[in-house]
Amino acid sequence: MTSNKIIERSITILNRLGLHARPASRFAQTASLFKSDIWLIKNGKSVDGKSILEVLTISCPSGTQLTIRAKGPDAKEAVEALEELVAKRFGEID
Amino acid sequence: MEILKGIAASPGIAIGEIFLLNAKKIKTVKRKIDKNSIKGEQERFKSAVSRIEKQLKRLIDELPKEIKEHSSILQSHILMLRDKMVYDRTLELIEDETINAEWALDKAMSQIKALFATVKDAYIRERLEDISFVINKVKAALTGAETRLDLSSLKRPAIVVANNLSPADTLHMRKENCLGFVTELGSRTSHTAILAKSLGIPAVVGVENITSSCLSGETLILDALKGKVIVEPDEETLKTYEAKQKNYIKYRLEVISNSNLPAETKDGYRIKVKANMELVEEIPIIIQHGAEGVGLFRTEFLYITSKALPTEEELFKTYKEVVERLRPYPVTIRTLDIGGDKLASGICHENEMNPALGLRAIRLCLREQGLFRAQLRAILRASAYGDLRLLFPMVSGKTELVEVKALLRDIMDELEREGHGFNKDIKIGIMIEVPSAVLVADILAREVDFFSIGTNDLIQYSLAIDRINEAVSHLYEPLHPGVLKMIKLAVDAGHKAGIEVGMCGEMAGEPIYIPILLGIGLDELSMNAMAIPKIKKVIRLSQQEDCFQFVSELLSLDSAKLVREKALTFFRDNYPQDMETIDFMEVGLSI
Repeated sequence: MTSNKIIERSITILNRLGLHARPASRFAQTASLFKSDIWLIKNGKSVDGKSILEVLTISCPSGTQLTIRAKGPDAKEAVEALEELVAKRFGEID
Repeated sequence: MEILKGIAASPGIAIGEIFLLNAKKIKTVKRKIDKNSIKGEQERFKSAVSRIEKQLKRLIDELPKEIKEHSSILQSHILMLRDKMVYDRTLELIEDETINAEWALDKAMSQIKALFATVKDAYIRERLEDISFVINKVKAALTGAETRLDLSSLKRPAIVVANNLSPADTLHMRKENCLGFVTELGSRTSHTAILAKSLGIPAVVGVENITSSCLSGETLILDALKGKVIVEPDEETLKTYEAKQKNYIKYRLEVISNSNLPAETKDGYRIKVKANMELVEEIPIIIQHGAEGVGLFRTEFLYITSKALPTEEELFKTYKEVVERLRPYPVTIRTLDIGGDKLASGICHENEMNPALGLRAIRLCLREQGLFRAQLRAILRASAYGDLRLLFPMVSGKTELVEVKALLRDIMDELEREGHGFNKDIKIGIMIEVPSAVLVADILAREVDFFSIGTNDLIQYSLAIDRINEAVSHLYEPLHPGVLKMIKLAVDAGHKAGIEVGMCGEMAGEPIYIPILLGIGLDELSMNAMAIPKIKKVIRLSQQEDCFQFVSELLSLDSAKLVREKALTFFRDNYPQDMETIDFMEVGLSI
């Protein structure tokens, strides 16, 4: 029953430089670990969270508010992992 | 001799023989294929991608420890290689349009280019370059060409000249005899430039037509301080640069070993030199560059970045860490200095006609007492762990100060009742940045333990110039006689009341202003940590007696233009050698 569940969570980009190359790549990398489809949504525009190129092109400076949406068997885990990644500023010192 | 201009990407000076890398441009053969070949063509593409992927992975494994952190750049290249816009899209195009892999890859690339063209952020747009590197490598693999940078014929030390170098190419260079490199493409923030910096390889990028302007074996001067390259220099130029190179090496060694020498003039005046800071992560750099503490700890960051207002506990934890890590050095912490509109939590959302003259800094804090109390409580609690001093921004007269002090006393009583430790005698100071504060500095000086002059705002408010406004920004002049008089008034008033007066604006970190600030008699200068070694050096070369004389002459001049001219002459006459080293710093040399 859980296989098509959609989970959404709002996040704020905290890194000083925003979602630049390294964070975008860590985001896509982490998203790719999950089976669920994952989207990143900004102002109604949604991109594939597993594609580093798409994540890069939505251009998110520090303070940007986004929504993570996941649909699939591990949607909950995926959203939680990504949320933590963002909260920890992608493990960057900036 | 030919001089070409470019962008200094990684500082240094190199002189040597040219090693020209001829970029063999891979021509894309565009070919229609028949339906039966689709599978085969897709396999050919897949195996080319695998080869490049393996190569990148091997390169990551081989990275020496010191530059391991840069493996993330190569990791992101691998991700791009497998990105659906590259990988899946190419496979699709091969099938849907029955075209060969090279053509399909080209088409996928143009689509990515179109998408990136819509991105506003220049830094992100530049990542398109990384995608090109990756795609070109796959194209080379498809045609069976060499996909690694071939430096095998580079047997002697040389300067590499190329159209462009990928980060992977740059990493290959470390093992070879590479004195430096020049490329036609690239920018200061390209990954290749970032890598060159951390590998310590001098580099100039963005030099148009360099590959067609020189030959292997010719001599090249690479001036990666000024972003210049000189092909086949004449005898005289060569001599000048050999001397420059020697000076530069000497200077770097000196900066490292002398940053901890005191900032004392020849005639024994000791001025305190401190750093401005914003983030905890800056502390190692601050200590390395010889700061005697932090003269301005900006606290806005935690308020701008989090959605909700930071809690007292969060603030306390951060402030405590800063104080403890910098102990025994003093830390001067400035309370929140922004307007309500900048707060991520958006407590006040009034649109102001004139935010610089609006509800900000101390005015906002006095109105939003809940916010201010939390910060003051956190600061006071952190004061138990080291030498923490309090600095209030934008005070314009005594009334605000009386109000702030009453609030502070109230909070101290509260903390005492709750049993929290704090420094009861915490030093309290104000920023001198509003012209009225200068004019009543004698009154304010009796109420506080120190002054800190914020030149950026003081100049903006005194001259009524918005520096961001291009139409008037040329009128922003720190050496305006009115500004100098303001600074002097504040310093004299402070000294008369027996308190110290420091400066924490940009002016304090510029060598040219140092003789003036010494002559006015400032007690402390606080600046960007990177500037500290050179400012200390300028101070050590100064004679305060001469500066007094010089300042009294400056104050008699009647225009900003005359003051600036005189200041430049004085600097040239008294610090001849250092004008040269200051040039080095202007390119953002970091050690």
